[in-house]
Amino acid sequence: MRGMRLNRLPHLSPKRKARQPAPSPLCAIAYIQGMLRPDLLLQPTPRGLYCPPGDFYLDPVRGAVERAVISHGHSDHARGGHGKVLSHPDTLAIMACRYGANFAKSTQALEYGETIEINGVTVWLAPAGHILGSAQIIVEHKGLRMTFTGDYKRRFDPTCASFEPVENTHVFISEATFALPVFRHPDTGHEINRLLQSVKDFPERAHCIGAYSLGKAQRVIRHLRLAGYDEPIFIHGSLEKLCAHYQSVGIDLGTLVLATSDDTSKAAREAFRGKIIIAPPGAFEGKWAQRFPDPILGFASGWMSIKQRAKQRGVELPLVISDHADWDELTETVREVNPEELWVTYGREDALVRWAELEGRRARPLRMVAYDDEAG
Amino acid sequence: MQAFAELLDRLVLTPSRNGKLRLMAAYFAAAPDPDRGYALGAITGDLDIPNAKPAMIRSLMDGRMDAELLALSYDYVGDLAETVSLVWPDTRGANRTPPLSDIVETLNEATRAETPRLVAGWLDGLDATGRWAFLKLLTGGLRIGVSARLAKLALAEFGNKDVTEIEEIWHGLAPPYESLFAWLEDRAERPSPDIAAPFRPVMLAHPLVPKADRDNPDAVDPAHITAEAFAAEWKYDGIRVQASAERGTRRIYTRTGDDISHAFPDVVAAMDFEGTLDGELLVRNPDGTVAPFNALQQRLNRKTVSKKQMETHPAFIRAYDLLVDGRRDVRGLTFRERRERLENFILTIESDRFDLSPLVPITTLAKLDDARLDPPAPEIEGVMLKRWDSAYLAGRPKGLWYKWKRDPYLVDAVLMYAQRGHGKRSSFYSDFTFGVWREKDDADELTPVGKAYFGFTDEELKQLDAFVRANTIDRFGPVRSVTANKEKGIVLEVAFEGLQRSPRHKSGLAMRFPRINRIRWDKPTAEADRIETLEALLAEHGQ
Repeated sequence: MRGMRLNRLPHLSPKRKARQPAPSPLCAIAYIQGMLRPDLLLQPTPRGLYCPPGDFYLDPVRGAVERAVISHGHSDHARGGHGKVLSHPDTLAIMACRYGANFAKSTQALEYGETIEINGVTVWLAPAGHILGSAQIIVEHKGLRMTFTGDYKRRFDPTCASFEPVENTHVFISEATFALPVFRHPDTGHEINRLLQSVKDFPERAHCIGAYSLGKAQRVIRHLRLAGYDEPIFIHGSLEKLCAHYQSVGIDLGTLVLATSDDTSKAAREAFRGKIIIAPPGAFEGKWAQRFPDPILGFASGWMSIKQRAKQRGVELPLVISDHADWDELTETVREVNPEELWVTYGREDALVRWAELEGRRARPLRMVAYDDEAG
Repeated sequence: MQAFAELLDRLVLTPSRNGKLRLMAAYFAAAPDPDRGYALGAITGDLDIPNAKPAMIRSLMDGRMDAELLALSYDYVGDLAETVSLVWPDTRGANRTPPLSDIVETLNEATRAETPRLVAGWLDGLDATGRWAFLKLLTGGLRIGVSARLAKLALAEFGNKDVTEIEEIWHGLAPPYESLFAWLEDRAERPSPDIAAPFRPVMLAHPLVPKADRDNPDAVDPAHITAEAFAAEWKYDGIRVQASAERGTRRIYTRTGDDISHAFPDVVAAMDFEGTLDGELLVRNPDGTVAPFNALQQRLNRKTVSKKQMETHPAFIRAYDLLVDGRRDVRGLTFRERRERLENFILTIESDRFDLSPLVPITTLAKLDDARLDPPAPEIEGVMLKRWDSAYLAGRPKGLWYKWKRDPYLVDAVLMYAQRGHGKRSSFYSDFTFGVWREKDDADELTPVGKAYFGFTDEELKQLDAFVRANTIDRFGPVRSVTANKEKGIVLEVAFEGLQRSPRHKSGLAMRFPRINRIRWDKPTAEADRIETLEALLAEHGQ
């Protein structure tokens, strides 16, 4: 089990593409001839995208539904309490980790590239490169193929499989968290080096790095390890279970130490000097953080490219590390997938729609639901 | 350029003053001439690059990006230089970063028509941080939270010199300041620019701590304060300035050497003399008395001043010392000799824009203390004591001049909101907004009257932080609203130096220099002060 999962990780086994089911030969003309209107297959509702013929929701919000297909484990996409949940095995494991084993009445795991029929609608998953287990959800019916990206990114992430563009997509439903031309994330290695340099420059200060507890935290830790940093890394208690889960599926995070001791002695404080502490950003506003001597506050997020935003949060060391596609990745991906129609959701829909219009592409904003995008 | 960009990037995000000083000193040590001099000029606002203004930057984007996408981006970021730096297309493999000096010197020689093409070329060669710093440099007004004063302090730290030595020659120097750096690195003598009306470092006073009052190592034996040894003057609530008119050049400097002449053309016009005066800049009421500080505030921090402002808020200088008499530097003379010269000097100025600071007779220290506590006008904030035999020395020499301020005003207010601090205090609620009671619709409510973030000990901060966390009733971003009613809450004894009307504040008034004097754990919130107490204080001050 463990070995199998290891093989899937891109840094160990590069460029192994998930098998993509061949599209029905009819599909291209079917859409053009208007045999099935896309919004009959997936329609935006206040609870998320709904598939009437299949009677299921994609990433439903606002309460439980009978049947849900879930793209990834972030809590704003993956809620507990649904009836039947279909998702990638890693996402199911993450949900169990966060909500307990009984987070849904029943669950079904689907590997990347494996297909399933739900009330005659074909559903399959492709890697989205967002976090461990994250998937694009492909919904096909009567020759129409719609690809919902969930959250995704294109750049290297040592903790999950890389995004794979889905060929012959008629309607591409893209996230738009960072869909403004100002968002162009720098190279991750560059940002990690800035953190390591700061640790060298300020050996007397505790480096408190805010990182979302699922995905970002483990990715930052894994990148630090890949950069050769082998000191123990201190983590906030809320990261413990998820980090252990990542380690259990073969992602080596090195030595992690819980920074939860109640020891408020001077010696305990001193031990944090020159060390890296990773916690959800909110934790550094709490009493818990008062234990760190002369802290230098960092935050690993795509939002950190905007200086005023960093300044307002009191962030001294902004690390532009994002689990979302930046502007160039978003637009390049649309060009690569080259769908008949682009739907845009989650975030700054207007700019991506405007860009598509300038490119002569059909595009519509879904104006559906606002997911919490603070994690970035 | 890259090193300068990194410096600005780190300065803008470093909250602590010492951290900023360290960053600048390290940059001055590492960067070569003339780069560091241009960087210094950019930070102090003394570097002007003609032809490169925001409109030009905007026009560069025409044809490079759809106007609507640019507008959406600008709306989000809110800063033109930053927006353009982020959206500018990266040119792969074009990692040319010319030295800062090349850029500045080329632009200074370029024509208006050539400038856009040059700027575009450099933008192509820089990364996002480099572009941001470059555009900030071009458009001026860096807004990185570093004042010219702080930059000079960093220079002093870097060169291990006294900052007054830098301030004294600053106005005779210009970017790239090579002679200045040569002196700071002990490679050359201190530059002595031949300029008329230069700034002369001011002499400062120590606070007077009478021995009878407190067990303080700085305490002064009251027996030493006698009419024979000391002159006494009123301490006015204006700003300390130096007015210098030499060989046709007229300048008004703040006490840290910033030239503010441009904001006070009415005073400059009256400087029909040859010499340098030290005095207090004040605004006059229509009846000839001194207006409160907030009247002067209307005239400060302005690039230009309107005719109307000069009519409604006429400024003048109340002189208390003479540094240069005609062409003669009299700083080495005693205060007694300078005072005598000053009295004659003032008589030669015909304008009412200059008058003489009167002496306060000293009989006994107790009488002087009474005068300090109950000054003849509300705009007097205490007394100054100057040794008759003191020469005019730069800095804060010991034992020569004292300021003896009246006690601060105190008010008991209720803690209403708290905000997290920055840097070391980033996990503490350390900025406190407090209010007093007022009647509204037949009931009492709290109205905020000020905000303070110091005055308490580390231990008290922990207690306040714990109270805020345990008694939060609402949150707005980093701000928490805490329980504050007649039954529960914390009373803070707030000390402040003055009060003024302010339409910008909900309560209609603003405090000067408020700080937490002590925490009144013992006092029920219902017994905190009412707005009427503060209103009475305003009325007393004729506002």
